[in-house]
Amino acid sequence: MSDVILLLPFAALLVLNILPRDARAHAWIVAAVVFGLQTVFAILQPFGLIDWSFLGPFEKAVGFNLHSDNLSVLLLLTAGIAGLASLLVGRARFGQPRARFAFANLLLIALIGINGIAMVRDLFSLYVFIEVTSVAAVILVAVRDGEAAFEGAWKYLLLSVVASVLMLASVALFLLTAGGVSFDEAAAALAAPTPEVWIAAALFLCGLFVKSAMVPFHGWLADAYSEAPPAVSVFLAGIVTKASGIFALMRLAPAALSAAGPGRTILLVVGAVTAVGGAFLSLTQTDMKRMLAYSSISQMGYIVMALGGQPALAIAAAALHFFNHTVSKAQLFTNAAALEAQLGTRDMDRMGGIAARMPVTGGTAAVASLSVAGLPPLAGFWSKLLIVIALWKAGQVVFAVIAVLTSLVTLAYFLSLQRKVFFGTILPEWSEVREAGPGYLVPALALAAITVAIGLGFPFLLPILLGGGA
Amino acid sequence: MNVITIVLVLIVLAALWASLTTLLLRATIALALTSAMLAVVMYSLGATIAAVVELSVCAGLISVVFVSVISLTQRKPFKDYLTRRMSRMRRFWPLPMVLVAVGVALSFIHSPVQVALPLPGGDGDVRTVLWSFRQLDLFGQILILLAGVFGVLVLFKKEGKDGD
Repeated sequence: MSDVILLLPFAALLVLNILPRDARAHAWIVAAVVFGLQTVFAILQPFGLIDWSFLGPFEKAVGFNLHSDNLSVLLLLTAGIAGLASLLVGRARFGQPRARFAFANLLLIALIGINGIAMVRDLFSLYVFIEVTSVAAVILVAVRDGEAAFEGAWKYLLLSVVASVLMLASVALFLLTAGGVSFDEAAAALAAPTPEVWIAAALFLCGLFVKSAMVPFHGWLADAYSEAPPAVSVFLAGIVTKASGIFALMRLAPAALSAAGPGRTILLVVGAVTAVGGAFLSLTQTDMKRMLAYSSISQMGYIVMALGGQPALAIAAAALHFFNHTVSKAQLFTNAAALEAQLGTRDMDRMGGIAARMPVTGGTAAVASLSVAGLPPLAGFWSKLLIVIALWKAGQVVFAVIAVLTSLVTLAYFLSLQRKVFFGTILPEWSEVREAGPGYLVPALALAAITVAIGLGFPFLLPILLGGGA
Repeated sequence: MNVITIVLVLIVLAALWASLTTLLLRATIALALTSAMLAVVMYSLGATIAAVVELSVCAGLISVVFVSVISLTQRKPFKDYLTRRMSRMRRFWPLPMVLVAVGVALSFIHSPVQVALPLPGGDGDVRTVLWSFRQLDLFGQILILLAGVFGVLVLFKKEGKDGD
């Protein structure tokens, strides 16, 4: 199944580019089918409802040597969901057929990169597919004309190249000192580390920290997220940054980090600084997308902090928050896209009382905000609870307290957003504003429904999560 | 000091020139020089095919692409160039010193690293390795090239403005 998941979007890419020019305006349909199929496959895969054995000869012929486990399925699922939301917003937002066509193609290339990250088994291939995802994402940011979008893409590119150099140097060092670059060989080298192995591990970790926008490597993210076209922001915030940085950390941490080693302490400290720093930076923003971008930094800090918790719970907690944050942040960026489309501004100080005119956007934004802030019974509450328990059980009481207190700051900036944008008396200039179209409402409602369903169904989900986190 | 050491020092100087110059054409020439000298180092280490690719693609083809793009730009007045050069000098003057300091520090580390690379299988021929053992990475490289093609189309081929 793994090779097909990688080759299906590639086949779609080829089909898109042999379509007659007139048909290219509908490229998003082909892309939506691919993202939809991936979502369905990922939902069915853990239950073993599809027998993939008939693909054996094909996979042997292709010989990609990929491997899919529950953690891979998590990334495949979140990429499918975020991609579908992004495509719907893109269909509503991109006016030019050529822009829509390029958007669909680049989204498919980014999807192949993400799928590769989910299923590769060695550091060099991981680096290659992180590059595929990053290059596609940088170009996606620049799809919108204008100096600000170009600046956002440029910053993203510069820091991405720095991260790439660090990771490539690390791969070379692992090859020299560990005798290979497979995850198993790297983990074996880390079990009895030499100074060169420490340097290699540190370089790779720094590269992933840059890609994940951990503080102090976070400078590029707010510009990239806020200046990208709205549909691209949904995909970037939903999955790209998490796949190219956070997921790689989740994949490597359990095998590479011993419970007593310095690696877990590094993850705890960097995660905590990022969670707190991102939250306080969010408080000061007036541009809605920038506020959501800094909020993303903060929540990714939570996931990294979770990886430093008790090993048995760490991956389950990180995986659940990974999923929840993807869903909620993709939804909030969809809400931001709807507001920008209807109001023509992202400045929260110029808004007010919008929920009266855009009730679906306001209602779904409230669900996602409260979930990210960790209020019960929404999905975000359970993942944050698991993170706190994982930290507490690992004896990291200080970090558990930081996680709880940072949630209060998160609640503060999301309540501020709700008050400034949706509540209060509507300003006269917005009195004639209408609700956004289905391109914004369908993904917003679907994502909010997932957030509520995960929250209410968590007791049924927990055994599955703890049974096969990695 | 053998020839390789001299070439390595020249690579660093050419890379610094590429980073510090404010003229795009000079930066392109410096980058091509860096690649060409790197190809010499690769050849002397026995990596013949890597050296040929470095020379033809990195020093040759990419330089041609850079020069083609630069030919589409307009040159700023000479006064602006002088101002920008001074500003750049003021910002980046510590860079060569940092580089020398790092080099000196590294020279004190007598690393026990074995540079006998393990072969991933086959007869060690680069073509066998690429097509029989690293085909997944080749697939990734093809995707990066495809993304680059779409990047060129998106960034350099504009139509009338309509939405995003």
